[in-house]
Amino acid sequence: MIKKRQGDDKRQWFLYPANLRTKTLVIIALSAIVIISIFISGYFIKDIPTSFINANKMPSLEHLFGTDWMGRDMLQRTIAGLGLSIMVGFIASVVSTFISIVLGLFSSFNKFADETVAGIIDLFGSIPHILLIILISIMFGGGIMGVVMGVGLTHWTPLARVLRSEVKEIRTKEYIHLSENLGKSKVWIATKHIFPLIVSQIIVGVILMFPHAIMHEAAITFLGFGLPPHEPAIGVILAESMNYLSSGYWWLAFYPGMSLLIVVLLFDLIGENVEKLLNPETAQE
Amino acid sequence: MNKNQLLKFFGYKLVRFVILIIAVAIFSFVLLDLSPIDPVNAYLRQAAVSEAQRQILQEYFGTNVPLTTKIFHWLLDLLQGNLGTSLIYRAPVIDVIFEKASASLVLMAISWILSGVIGFAMGVVAGKNKGSWIDKAVKVYCYAIQSAPSFWVGMLVLMVFAVYLGWFPIGFGVPIGVRSTDATFMEWASRLVLPALTLSLVGLAPIAMYTRNELIQVLSSDYVLFAKSRGEKGWDLVKNHGIRNILLPAVTLQFLSFSELFGGAVLVEQVFSYPGVGQTAVAAGLSSDVPLFLGIVIFSAIFVFVGNLLADLSYYLIDPRIKESEFND
Repeated sequence: MIKKRQGDDKRQWFLYPANLRTKTLVIIALSAIVIISIFISGYFIKDIPTSFINANKMPSLEHLFGTDWMGRDMLQRTIAGLGLSIMVGFIASVVSTFISIVLGLFSSFNKFADETVAGIIDLFGSIPHILLIILISIMFGGGIMGVVMGVGLTHWTPLARVLRSEVKEIRTKEYIHLSENLGKSKVWIATKHIFPLIVSQIIVGVILMFPHAIMHEAAITFLGFGLPPHEPAIGVILAESMNYLSSGYWWLAFYPGMSLLIVVLLFDLIGENVEKLLNPETAQE
Repeated sequence: MNKNQLLKFFGYKLVRFVILIIAVAIFSFVLLDLSPIDPVNAYLRQAAVSEAQRQILQEYFGTNVPLTTKIFHWLLDLLQGNLGTSLIYRAPVIDVIFEKASASLVLMAISWILSGVIGFAMGVVAGKNKGSWIDKAVKVYCYAIQSAPSFWVGMLVLMVFAVYLGWFPIGFGVPIGVRSTDATFMEWASRLVLPALTLSLVGLAPIAMYTRNELIQVLSSDYVLFAKSRGEKGWDLVKNHGIRNILLPAVTLQFLSFSELFGGAVLVEQVFSYPGVGQTAVAAGLSSDVPLFLGIVIFSAIFVFVGNLLADLSYYLIDPRIKESEFND
């Protein structure tokens, strides 16, 4: 009985039969739509009306996430905060990806370059991540710039490590030696021979970098580095809600955190599914 | 592994350690030197001084000394164990760190052990019953907790146990008005429970997922199939063939998590106002206490290094399968 149902599950999916590829694409598309709509609506929420009559209201149909001490709708604040987080995550991912690509390709030059890259990765890995972000955000003098750079300049290590080992393997290939013997420059080999082979790793790496960047952005703003208290960053909202925990205003902390968790999960979902599509071993399943 | 090789191993690690700490010291110093923090202003905290006094202070802090000289002095002082004076505590940095670190180390040790044991147990149960509701529950829990910010988990724990149920006090290492040295053991312990619980809840996810996946892999191997055909089954099978194979890598993974543990402690201490080194780091960073912050960065680097060293040792000393010559490539 149970076995039969499992068989059915595999054949029928949702409304019509679909293979894994279609399923994966649908999951990616749906998650992307949710995230993009959060980002766009976050962008348009500028001024959230305050009304002190409605201060500290429980979640209701009118205010799904409740209201804060100034009577602002928490749903709007949360979405604005998530939009900000996604933007920071995006910039940080771009910066981090750029660094990992440069370092990954640089490691292909010679043994010394490879050791240097390994050393830099070790150095960044030897300090707890959160302290490193604080350190860099202090260096940039705090503010939004400090947050973006702190998050962006520290998330490249996992991807750089992957690219370095990948590059190491590619370098042993015969056509690389052939190119070297033909007198092609190291930069030419790195960009024409090695780069195209690591593109799929880079794409997956970037998407999987996003959730980490967003979580760290929330953490760093929660600790009070960077954004001023009136910015609607998720970390700031949560830090503010700390003051109201003992009063029992649980919704101030619960919903924003939950929304952040969902966004992070969506990014993870996209990353895993894109990886499935790009990895030749699982793409044809 | 014989004595000579052990010596070589430790010698190699010691050299690495020294290089790493010097690199971390220079790196963090340069970063903070590039920051717009002015040591004189950070010291004065908006107190009004005359131009002449400012000159003296600038002289004292060496604001006009070239960077290389500053780095050289910093390394020299570091070598002598002199980390300078904290600006917010007005006490030698090394004393502040020692005082705060003991509280943090207790917290981290408890949650490290708890998360390791519970995570491993959860992983074994989930892996043994692959596909059952237990497995699914463990998986959902691990995915969710890994995507949740640890400080938010801390806030939820605080809301449930301290505010709603009222079992534990909200925050602070000791009751207000009691010196931390005078607090009774119970007062300490009752404030340790929630932060330790939070860190354990967060920390057990990676180890549980790893154990689960490894156990499933082991259980689908040929030798387990053979063992099954010999008539071994149930818990004995898992114990004899599964756990023996996955315990060591799990322990190693747990040692490698020292960095995340420290990061988690920073956030969790902030939520529970636990007077540890993490909270001190945040306070130092927010109020531009450069010497204290640098000291904590170096302390954390040592902490992480020790974790990695223990992970390596667990391989080279415990695992009989690793052959001696592999450690220095």
